[in-house]
Amino acid sequence: MTPLPIVLVAGNPNSGKSTIFNALTGARAHVANYPGVTIDRVSATVAIAGRDLELVDLPGTYSLSARSREEQIAVDSLLGRNLPSPAAVVVVVDAAALGRALFMAIEVIATGVPVVIALNMSDEAARDGFVVDRAKLAAMTGAEVVQTVATKGNGIADLKLAIGRAAAKTPSEAPPLERPAVVAADIAELESAILTERVLERPAAARAWATWLLLSLDDEGADDLAGIPPSLRKRTLEIRRRAEAAGRNVDLEIIASSYQRVDTIVEAVVQRPPEPSRRRSDRIDAILTHGLYGSAVFAVVMLVVFQALFTWSEPAIAVIESGVAGIQAAAAATLPAGPLTDLIINGIIAGVGNVVVFVPQIGLLFLFIGLLEDSGYLARVAFVIDRLMRSVGLNGRAFVPMLSGFSCAIPAVMATRTIESRTDRLLTMLVLPLMSCSARLPVYVLITATVFAPGMRIGFLSVGAVVLFAMYLLSVVAALTAAAVLRRTALKGPGAPLVLELPPYRLPSLRVMAFNVWQRVRAFLIGAGTVILALTIVLWALLSYPKVAADAAGDQLRHSFAGRLGHAIEPAIAPLGFDWRIGVGIIGAFAAREVFVSTLAIVFDIESDGAEDEPLRDALRAATWPDGRRLMTPLAGVSLMVFFVLACQCMSTIAVVRRESGTWSWPLFMLAYMTVLAYGASLAVYQVGSRLGLGLG
Amino acid sequence: MTRKHGSLAALPVGGTAIVSRVRGERAVVRRLLEIGLVPGTQVTLRRVAPMGDPIELKVRNFALSIRRSEALGIEIE
Ligand SMILES: Nc1nc2c(ncn2[C@@H]2O[C@H](COP(=O)(O)OP(=O)(O)OP(=O)(O)O)[C@@H](O)[C@H]2O)c(=O)[nH]1
Repeated sequence: MTPLPIVLVAGNPNSGKSTIFNALTGARAHVANYPGVTIDRVSATVAIAGRDLELVDLPGTYSLSARSREEQIAVDSLLGRNLPSPAAVVVVVDAAALGRALFMAIEVIATGVPVVIALNMSDEAARDGFVVDRAKLAAMTGAEVVQTVATKGNGIADLKLAIGRAAAKTPSEAPPLERPAVVAADIAELESAILTERVLERPAAARAWATWLLLSLDDEGADDLAGIPPSLRKRTLEIRRRAEAAGRNVDLEIIASSYQRVDTIVEAVVQRPPEPSRRRSDRIDAILTHGLYGSAVFAVVMLVVFQALFTWSEPAIAVIESGVAGIQAAAAATLPAGPLTDLIINGIIAGVGNVVVFVPQIGLLFLFIGLLEDSGYLARVAFVIDRLMRSVGLNGRAFVPMLSGFSCAIPAVMATRTIESRTDRLLTMLVLPLMSCSARLPVYVLITATVFAPGMRIGFLSVGAVVLFAMYLLSVVAALTAAAVLRRTALKGPGAPLVLELPPYRLPSLRVMAFNVWQRVRAFLIGAGTVILALTIVLWALLSYPKVAADAAGDQLRHSFAGRLGHAIEPAIAPLGFDWRIGVGIIGAFAAREVFVSTLAIVFDIESDGAEDEPLRDALRAATWPDGRRLMTPLAGVSLMVFFVLACQCMSTIAVVRRESGTWSWPLFMLAYMTVLAYGASLAVYQVGSRLGLGLG
Repeated sequence: MTRKHGSLAALPVGGTAIVSRVRGERAVVRRLLEIGLVPGTQVTLRRVAPMGDPIELKVRNFALSIRRSEALGIEIE
């Protein structure tokens, strides 16, 4: 099979690029990975003018220059370096903000690849009184121009035809952009070096790459850009140094001359209204970002999201859980008993259940994020809260994911995609699992009810309320502290500046939102779901093998790998106040924290159906160390809860961080630091508490 | 002849000025230039976030929010 001709779809963030891509491809996108980086390569095959083309959605950016390999994807795709050369490029621009959007368009056009400009958001531009002379724009840029309203599907048919025409052209020798003579000479020098080394063949492409090298390479060689021949790297730095010695700023010369060209074009093709502005948005913003009303609206919106994530997903989760239990029961009734059936029921079906159970929360969170983002409010959330988040090294965009972490870390980690800079994203992902998620609640409830007397009060508060409050407080303090520490250690380096566009307020399109929710859910099922399923099966094997001739489930568990592991780690966890049985519970809880409760029930031979905690609580209260000391003292209970707040007791979180960070090293780092943190904190609680004589009560 | 008037961070809300120079760490400066804050561009300070930072600008007919620490490096006239 010969590879299909490639058409790239490029554009600024918020230009409507994804909407255009989906309108062109009819939501049949295929998600893969670019070699060597962690960016999704979203593509789809489309038949245009009787020819199959592969459309590729490039990540949204404001320019082609790069500091990381992730950002380098854009230029490598355009110039066909280590990737197939494109036949054409669609540049999506916001028609109401051409003064910025054309910057990227002319950079792309300068590479000589045939370009179609999609003049998107033309409805908003028209409403605000902008008139764009398309013929003149086409003449001045050399690109075909098509007017579109992506959300309504207007202009998509024309865009397809234009893509077909562009893809049939051959790359041209685009005229060089007009630049100051000195910097033009620098670019020309590097261009001929590129051509001599035969890194690229076409002069326009070589010139575009020369410009890119001058803008992107770090003077200290500290950039992370790949595939650049050392001789060219050296040459680029020489040229930059020479310019610097002459008191020149190459970056400024290049970017300012490009913008000069943009300004000339805009001057010629755009008729502005006398008072150009997004006046409706301004009026809304006067309230929504106002000191007092803005903060009030903010608090209300966040509370609603938070409450909904907690309560609306509950019924759906309950249905899924009882459905899985029903299927398991049906399988147990029909299949012959044996190890294979056990694998199917407790490994595979349970594993699929463990994956599907996250769908309601992921779906809901992304519905809200879609609503907030597409209406324009999400950017305002970041605007309002950035000051606070920055004090711990996070940025404003991390707020919604962090808040969602109280519900469940899985969707929250996926929600970090709205954070632009990779370092900021990673940082948010790594501290998010410290937020006390809803799966920790059953553990707190069981332990509190076990170790504290039911009517006990602290002041006028019940002890349960105090414990819950303390655990949530601990989780927030831990997450923020971890962020501040990681920012200064594992993830230091110059933070990307916050460059936050505040798009005009818009009515979100239900169709677009539904599609985005589905894409997120699908990405989760495929990307993280498989890992969760595999881990569930491994954990099942650990808990049920090797087989012993025992009737009671408890006996079997005690002799399993996990049971032995519990015994093996007892010396390590005894200083925290946990015996081997708690250890087995902790191992079992790796499947999901609430499984701690059911695993303990098996270890303690509780024969109830799990709906009622009472027998387990009694068993826990009666449990003793071999020397007769009580196991679950209040102090041991607090130590255990602190452990659960801080430990990364959740394989699904690890699976989703692996998917979102693209490597195993970050999730393993996360597991390591959280385990150390949890161990240290529980050790401190138990040891200090015991010394102070608090454990005997 | 133009006269230096200080930094964008000192512009009052509603005030309009022309960017004359952008200073700071190279990556930050490049980012700000690329998003359109090149010398000669008109900027308006539209709003300040409730906690005093970041600020909202109007540049090239779009709303852009940056932090004060970055705005300090943007000289206006
Ligand atoms: N009025 C109007 N809204 C549009 C148009 N195209 C897209 N939108 C809306 O603009 C918002 C941004 O669109 P996206 O397709 O997500 O933009 P994007 O460029 O992919 O943005 P990123 O996902 O941030 O890269 C969404 O709310 C769309 O519904 C249009 O032509 N007219």
